[in-house]
Amino acid sequence: MSQFAINLIFVGGSFALYIAIAIWARAGSTKEFYVAGGGVNPVMNGMATAADWMSAASFISMAGLIAAGGYANSTFLMGWTGGYVLLAMLLAPYLRKFGKFTVPDFIGDRFYSTGARLVAVACLIIASVTYVIGQMTGAGVAFSRFLEVSSDWGLIIAAIIVFLYAVMGGMKGITYTQVAQYVVLIIAYTIPAVFISLQLTGNFLPPLGLFSEHTESGMPLLAKLDEVVRELGFRDYTADVDNKLNMVLFTLSLMIGTAGLPHVIIRFFTVPKVADARWSAGWALVFIALLYLTAPAVASMARLNLMTTIYPAGPTADAIEYAERPDWMKTWETTGLIQFNDKNGDGRIQVYNDTPAFAATATERGWNGNELTVNNDILVLANPEIANLPGWVIGLIAAGGLAAALSTAAGLLLAISSAISHDLIKGSIKPDISEKGELMAARISMGVAIVVATWLGMNPPGFAAQTVALAFGIAAASIFPALMMGIFSKRVNNVGAIAGMLAGLISTCVYIFLYLGWFFIPGTATFENIPQNWLFGGTGYGISPLSFGAVGAMINFAVAFTVSALTAPPPVRIQELVESVRFPRGAGQAVDH
Amino acid sequence: MADHTNNAQSYWRANLRLIIGSLVIWALVSYGFGILLRPYLAGIPVGGTDLGFWFAQQGSILTFIALIFFYAWRMNKLDKEFGVDEE
Repeated sequence: MSQFAINLIFVGGSFALYIAIAIWARAGSTKEFYVAGGGVNPVMNGMATAADWMSAASFISMAGLIAAGGYANSTFLMGWTGGYVLLAMLLAPYLRKFGKFTVPDFIGDRFYSTGARLVAVACLIIASVTYVIGQMTGAGVAFSRFLEVSSDWGLIIAAIIVFLYAVMGGMKGITYTQVAQYVVLIIAYTIPAVFISLQLTGNFLPPLGLFSEHTESGMPLLAKLDEVVRELGFRDYTADVDNKLNMVLFTLSLMIGTAGLPHVIIRFFTVPKVADARWSAGWALVFIALLYLTAPAVASMARLNLMTTIYPAGPTADAIEYAERPDWMKTWETTGLIQFNDKNGDGRIQVYNDTPAFAATATERGWNGNELTVNNDILVLANPEIANLPGWVIGLIAAGGLAAALSTAAGLLLAISSAISHDLIKGSIKPDISEKGELMAARISMGVAIVVATWLGMNPPGFAAQTVALAFGIAAASIFPALMMGIFSKRVNNVGAIAGMLAGLISTCVYIFLYLGWFFIPGTATFENIPQNWLFGGTGYGISPLSFGAVGAMINFAVAFTVSALTAPPPVRIQELVESVRFPRGAGQAVDH
Repeated sequence: MADHTNNAQSYWRANLRLIIGSLVIWALVSYGFGILLRPYLAGIPVGGTDLGFWFAQQGSILTFIALIFFYAWRMNKLDKEFGVDEE
């Protein structure tokens, strides 16, 4: 059977499963549409949250980022998991007790202000839309590589599938398809990793293999990798980082950004009780950790595999001849994600770190520039081929990558549509809308959101990658502090909260725009985005635009407390509301207004 | 009513103590051992590298999981002790 037929069976089979689930889990009320009826088992919700959270970035890109950056990119591992500790202790149980449908619902009620609610809706929509673009383009890439259709058609197929189950089933349909998608994506991620770990270290558990002996050389795997990359002029894989301030702030931004992302928060509205919301955050992290503990192993092993493929006799001996390159390189060359340019014309593939410090060694070896560029994203997708695994594993990876992209896209689209139908239409424009009318509005806004996301996926703004920084920055600097102060302070009032959110939002956006271009328009950046130009850059401890979310959050807190202290305290009924979210008794089911 | 308020206040204080304790550990394993204190842990070898690297790529995640389950277990018990649990 051809690889194409195998891929088609795996992808087609997984899609048929998602649609069957959607038909079974149709939503009949707004409560089912927004919070799946509020009766989802906490372990089940943990699994759905894991699929909701782990996007194409986690599945496809993260291992590649760690492979390229080594220790320095541990920030992603800590940052994207540590946020769940904050969610479990600072947000999820209390927001579940509050018992309404959306994040702006809480901000609007707690700060007794339509203005605050609208600022929250704006932050939510900007953060979620920028995020959804990445998911749709990720799905498009996976389709075009594995199903040999154009990436536009891939996107349209993906959009139709999401439309079917998300519009029909709402949160209820999304929850159960996300559970299925989690199972598909974790199996697809783990199987190739297990085989690669076995091949390199003899240990079938990749997280243990990472710290085991490299069978071939008898050295510890990481020491071997350090040695190989050092010979080629790269920084040691495990080398420490000099700018620790930036590393701390970047990790913190990812953590509080994760805790503040609305599509993740609303998943905790679907469990029956406050106690379940706490357990559920733990289960979510367990399911996420299954992938996040495997990813760093995949990263180091794939990097070592790539280097030993290119330098079969060691990094100081001759590189492999281009004519003898393995089949997986040929396959991926056709996608343009691997590019070879024989700069010194010797017919061999020389890979090294082309820097002034290494220039003398390179000249001595007769090298004339690095000759192979490998896109970080192919590492996970090409893994089964690098490890010579059978065709069905490749089919599984295709289905897994699509599951990761589609599950996150569906969660984001639900967050967007509920903000529009519930917060904008019912909350501000037409409060007397009927239940049936609101459900219809929710479905229509979901449909519109999918069309917009598909269009943006087909015509990605040139800045798609940078906008993810914006999504996290906004969630970290505006949404997270507002929610936290709403629960932990009785003194922060409407004016303080709005001033704080705006200060956090504006300072973060301005700092990002200064270095990445105003509204990401190319060529409009005020300063070149290099470490010397960053805030405190002169000291060697500059703050990168990607790390500013944490600073924005601090500005938010400071402004909100100062302004609140100078103005009247919130009315008694609001202080009672804060009191009530702190105690689990009387939570019941998520309620409508 | 006075009793009820006192009870409520001590419940909330117990929750805050638990959160602060948990977040100290949360920060210690990630920002501490994983990042800032790594040079001081360089002498402790773990599988070809040092303890700081292990905390950055594995140890912190495992600690986070333990923290959340510990917090959920403690809080669900406190809910009952203070009589604020859901019936």
